[in-house]
Amino acid sequence: MSILVNSDTRLLCQGITGRSGAFHAKQMLEYGTNLVGGIVPGRGGELFEGRVPIFDTVAQAKAATGANASVVFVPPPFAADSILEAFDAEIELVVAITEGIPVRDMLPVAARLGGKSRLIGPNCPGVITPEQCKIGIMPGHIHRPGPVGVLSRSGTLTYEAVGQTSALGLGQSSCVGIGGDPIIGTRFIDVLRLFNDDPATECVIMIGEIGGSAEEEAAAWIKANMKKPVVGFIAGSTAPPGRRMGHAGAIISGGEGTAETKFAALEEAGVFICRSPADLGKRAKEALGA
Amino acid sequence: MKIHEYQAKTILRRYGVAVPEGKVASTVDEAVAAARELGGNICVVKSQIHAGGRGKGRFFGEVPDAEVALAAAGHPAPGPGGVRLAKSLDDVARHAASMLGRTLVTKQTGPEGKVVGHVYIEAGCDIARELYLGVLLDRATSKLVVMASTEGGTEIEEVAHHTPEKILKVWVDPLVGLGAWQARQIAFGLGLSGKAVNKAVAFMQALYRCYLETDASMVEINPLVVTGSGDIIALDCKMAFDDNAMYRHADLESLRDLAEEDPSEVAAGKFALSYVKLDGEIGCMVNGAGLAMATMDIIKFKGGQPANFLDVGGGATQEAVAAAFRIITADPNVKCILVNIFGGIMKCDVIANGVIAAVHEVGLKVPLVVRLAGTNVDLGRKLLAESGLDIISAGDLNEAAEAAVAAVR
Repeated sequence: MSILVNSDTRLLCQGITGRSGAFHAKQMLEYGTNLVGGIVPGRGGELFEGRVPIFDTVAQAKAATGANASVVFVPPPFAADSILEAFDAEIELVVAITEGIPVRDMLPVAARLGGKSRLIGPNCPGVITPEQCKIGIMPGHIHRPGPVGVLSRSGTLTYEAVGQTSALGLGQSSCVGIGGDPIIGTRFIDVLRLFNDDPATECVIMIGEIGGSAEEEAAAWIKANMKKPVVGFIAGSTAPPGRRMGHAGAIISGGEGTAETKFAALEEAGVFICRSPADLGKRAKEALGA
Repeated sequence: MKIHEYQAKTILRRYGVAVPEGKVASTVDEAVAAARELGGNICVVKSQIHAGGRGKGRFFGEVPDAEVALAAAGHPAPGPGGVRLAKSLDDVARHAASMLGRTLVTKQTGPEGKVVGHVYIEAGCDIARELYLGVLLDRATSKLVVMASTEGGTEIEEVAHHTPEKILKVWVDPLVGLGAWQARQIAFGLGLSGKAVNKAVAFMQALYRCYLETDASMVEINPLVVTGSGDIIALDCKMAFDDNAMYRHADLESLRDLAEEDPSEVAAGKFALSYVKLDGEIGCMVNGAGLAMATMDIIKFKGGQPANFLDVGGGATQEAVAAAFRIITADPNVKCILVNIFGGIMKCDVIANGVIAAVHEVGLKVPLVVRLAGTNVDLGRKLLAESGLDIISAGDLNEAAEAAVAAVR
């Protein structure tokens, strides 16, 4: 078992001929992801890498391939439109990798959440279930199947957690990057709920960062509902207030969203707090009692 | 991207949001001419910097340094601030002369303050009430929220902390826009009556439209003034824009004041590097915002102090990596450099080549710790090892942070 994606996932790639879309589509194929089609308006009928059919619209691609997931690599000015197109085609899982989508474009997308599609991201590394399905830009080779669910707002920091748990021989059930933007489709709580119900997941590493209050909300949910141990780290203890730290959403404003308040909320919820990002794997091992 | 009050008011005016008459000046003569043109018996001379709390700010060179420090702490002694009333053209000249070119320190500028390059000369207005109005993104609901309070002139964070019940909020459905009924809820909630209600509704709807169409990330009107005759006017305005949307606002990009930004941050921006200068001694170069923050955190955790946040991003070229290296080494506080790369999109060999090229170009005067992991890690390590450069290689994050902290001891 796993969450969100597995060997039955049939994936489309929106923007498959773009620079990063093409590069990562190849990587996903090499990993063994069942990539069944690409979407590039005006290039329907062509083949990507001589084997993946390209369609003009998501609706056509879904009808022809029976796809149930789509990954969006479309550039920022057009990305929100592509997400809405995937929603309209009722694709079950839409993973938006694109970084830099204006908030104004995401407001109508957010208003359409809660329908038949689930959105992961944008500005995220994607979702992977080791040795089954990789959707996104993470380096596949660092992952190993195992009992740890990984959940994060960050990309490379997720890889750090994956690298550490793989090195310790633990491995991951599934890994989900929810994205570093202020408006995202799936939040910590949504993924925690999935991990809680997934028999393959025995422990969760949750990596938050400064800005917003999603970690505090997650902490309250964990306290009330979580049946499995959670390891928590918050990036940005040393970040100055009022400055955007790379991610559009990583900013302490008006004294809110500091790492300290988030750590405190997680600690209060009984989470295994990890003060050093180098100890994520070690703490997961402790949490598992292994 | 932040802009000055005078620029924000020009934009507000374009959208039909009521603001007082005013003119910007960068010399004393211009300030006097502006005041003369505005006419009237009274006007206000306002220092233009990208920070709030100007009225309670104090200038270096005008009051003793100890009083400037009090202002930075938010507890100013009585004295002249960054916003002053002028009752004659002589007053205007005197105030402008004591502001222009001087460094203003407020609670929001930090102790070093900001140099005043422009003053805004604004017509006085007859203030009956001071309110607060703001528009921003509410991340919890993924909707824009219009916030108002009767406590005009006070920082909204303070109101939220001490008297949260005094803050009124309405959340806007993006598919509908700000309804007049919602704006009325706020207007009546603020205790407005008579013709002021409809004026406030028009004001709020214009402000919302302005926010949306300019891709703002924050608009704050504090204070929003009700005049003696029942008009609703924006007396002050803070405005910032969504950096991700600037590609469709060339006109706004030209409002950017580079003098307000750190020169090394401006240089980083040219290479699409995300850089924030800090005060420590260990320079960091990392890929990914989360890992970049975590690298700073672990330096602190191990007893060191990070000199900067630097995310080279996912698709950085060798040239961008070299530029990042130059920016870090240009900081005189840096006593050690820590490069921490977990290659995903970013390939470790690109980083290695960038670092090698940069060291050949600018030299290496401080210890360099490099930790590589992920895509093409073996190739990256091999390149560094064969470069003949004096590099401390670290196997993991822990080792890297410990080596960097040990190097500055």
